[in-house]
Amino acid sequence: MSDETKPGLPSPLRRKLLMGMAALPAMSMLGRPAFADVPATSAVNTTGLAVTDSEVTVGILHSVTGTMAISETGSVEAEKLAIEQINAAGGVLGRKIKFIQEDGASDWPTFAEKAKKLLVNDKCAAVMGCWTSASRKAVLPVFEQYNGMLYYPTFYEGLEQSKNVIYTGQEATQQIIAGLDWVNKTKGAKSFYLLGSDYIWPRTSNKIARKHIENHLQGCKVVGEEYFPLGSTQFNSVINKIKLTKPDVIYAIIVGGSNVAFYKQLKAAGIDLSKQTLLTISVTEDEIDGIGGENIAGAYACMKYFQSLDNPNNKAFVPAFKKMWGEKTVIGDVTQAAYLGPWLWKLTVEKAQSFDIDKIAAASPGVEFKGAPEGYVRIHENHHLWSKTRVGRAKADGQYELIYETADLVEPNPFPKGYQ
Amino acid sequence: MFGDYSISDLGAILAMQGFAGLILFSVYVLMALGLAIIFGQMGVINMAHGEFMILGAYVTWMTSNAVQHVAPWLFPGYFFIAMILAFIASGALGMLVEWVLIRHLYKRPLDTLLATWGLSLILQQAYRSIFGAREVGVELPEWMMGSWQATDSIQIPINGMFVMGLTILITIVVFYILFWSSWGKQVRAVVQNRVMAGAVGINTEKVDRYTFGLGCGIAGIAGSAFTMIGSTGPTAGQLYIVDTFLVVVFGGAASLFGTIASAFSISQTQSTLEFFLSGSMAKVITLLTIVAILMVRPQGLFALKVRK
Repeated sequence: MSDETKPGLPSPLRRKLLMGMAALPAMSMLGRPAFADVPATSAVNTTGLAVTDSEVTVGILHSVTGTMAISETGSVEAEKLAIEQINAAGGVLGRKIKFIQEDGASDWPTFAEKAKKLLVNDKCAAVMGCWTSASRKAVLPVFEQYNGMLYYPTFYEGLEQSKNVIYTGQEATQQIIAGLDWVNKTKGAKSFYLLGSDYIWPRTSNKIARKHIENHLQGCKVVGEEYFPLGSTQFNSVINKIKLTKPDVIYAIIVGGSNVAFYKQLKAAGIDLSKQTLLTISVTEDEIDGIGGENIAGAYACMKYFQSLDNPNNKAFVPAFKKMWGEKTVIGDVTQAAYLGPWLWKLTVEKAQSFDIDKIAAASPGVEFKGAPEGYVRIHENHHLWSKTRVGRAKADGQYELIYETADLVEPNPFPKGYQ
Repeated sequence: MFGDYSISDLGAILAMQGFAGLILFSVYVLMALGLAIIFGQMGVINMAHGEFMILGAYVTWMTSNAVQHVAPWLFPGYFFIAMILAFIASGALGMLVEWVLIRHLYKRPLDTLLATWGLSLILQQAYRSIFGAREVGVELPEWMMGSWQATDSIQIPINGMFVMGLTILITIVVFYILFWSSWGKQVRAVVQNRVMAGAVGINTEKVDRYTFGLGCGIAGIAGSAFTMIGSTGPTAGQLYIVDTFLVVVFGGAASLFGTIASAFSISQTQSTLEFFLSGSMAKVITLLTIVAILMVRPQGLFALKVRK
């Protein structure tokens, strides 16, 4: 490793690079040798990261085994696609991205251990990874101690900000407030029934939702709020309660296998989602695959990305994804956010002209990615993303139809005043 | 909480809530029956029970896909074929597992816990490798979805009634097999005294294998039926395993009747509490009650009188 980090291109490496370029027709479009302006490794890597003259190593840290594999598979696929595309377009500062993938195995201590391995042994210049808040909380001290950079893709509850993390998903207020305002304005909704799986994200999100409903929406009230243990599969009792209280909106933040049970039983109980408004922030196209489009058709979801978005970036992204991972795969909000990670990192490195973590952390605010499938995004000073919030309506074919999107980018606000 | 509602509203909710409890009861019985046979009758702690259920669910999913491609006219009735296939698949896998793994462990019942737990991990990863990590959606024929409108305000889920009917049928069949057929007598003889049963000419190995296969097969049917109300994924079996053991242990391991009584009491407590409290609190109180009762009566609700 130490040989390769010396400045200047040793000739076998140069040949390898040239061969690699010949294999990539896309490169010829650049019109000039990509490595002509490759900065010396010693200049862009002063902290001993795994950067050579031709390669830079990043880590991918998700669960591909265990319960969470259901959700995290899409993120892994998106990150690999982004890396492949970046390499095809010339890499980062003239260096090809090489990735090392580790399996968090749906186990939080394993995540921490693997994060340490990626940072300490492999010296990864960045890590794309984690999905649940629990896994992020487990690796956070590791990233802060060993000064790594994590690109975290999931929409989450907020209340966190770190120099060592870029949050590419939405935090809770971005996802919740616009949706509630929309349902209140267009549906005239006054009464809300809040549901959730029993852990930190749904509870924090519902807390924000309740504060917003009670303090900011005129004449609106919460008529029920309930939580179910993760993995719960029986919802008939709460469905009866919903029938009794007749809320204008069912606000559901149920996750995992419970989701499937909830929507199937809702339909079986005769609650027709074309008449009863249901707004969820936890069901992406990925989940609909398991639930079955016919069981959830008519429900509204509030997030920042839908596979059906009609813009040029997304029109290129969706076919590329399907070409790599199969015609049948679907792309949900988090998958798209995971795709942003490697791109934002590349753009930040190029802005900073350095792989050093401290310089990247400092250069991140203001980095914009115009090629994002969701449209334009920009990193905020608090390391979250400015992004639009959208409401979609589920169709029987498992896709969302875009109903509404905010006119402007919504500012991320991980520590919302008056909502805690 | 009832001040604002009319009597007829409350009546309708009471009726629907009653059915919700009965449906939960059927679900518990269905998932516990297979385990009750294996754990109760054979003393094998089968931690892979949930995975046998999910095998049934995957078989249902494959049948649904196959029928849609090959014979779409069959689709409305495919579920019955799927359940039979699920029984055969899970039963066959069960017998294979018994032959390879379990039969070496009858004298060490606690080790079956570890062995079958390992088996459950292997099966989960196998499902993940074969079917992918994502959940699959099982499409149901139109008539099995939606609800039956009993009156203006009372709706009963059709899939719930289907599960109830299925549970009753399977319970009757299991009771018939174990208590009236000659094979059932052999099973019970082996359970009570293996050496003696062998001495009077019962092929105990064969009885063991078929009993285990029967238990797993019923788990397969349960898994197949649960595609209507729950999810189908590599680890979905884990969602059921705790409740299943709870029902069997609380009922008294060796007693099938105990299993049914315990499923009834747990489901009624759970669904009533869920209505008045929140889902998580209902679960906490139900579990606490069970723990308290098991402290007083460690052998469960019903226990066979056995000379030790």
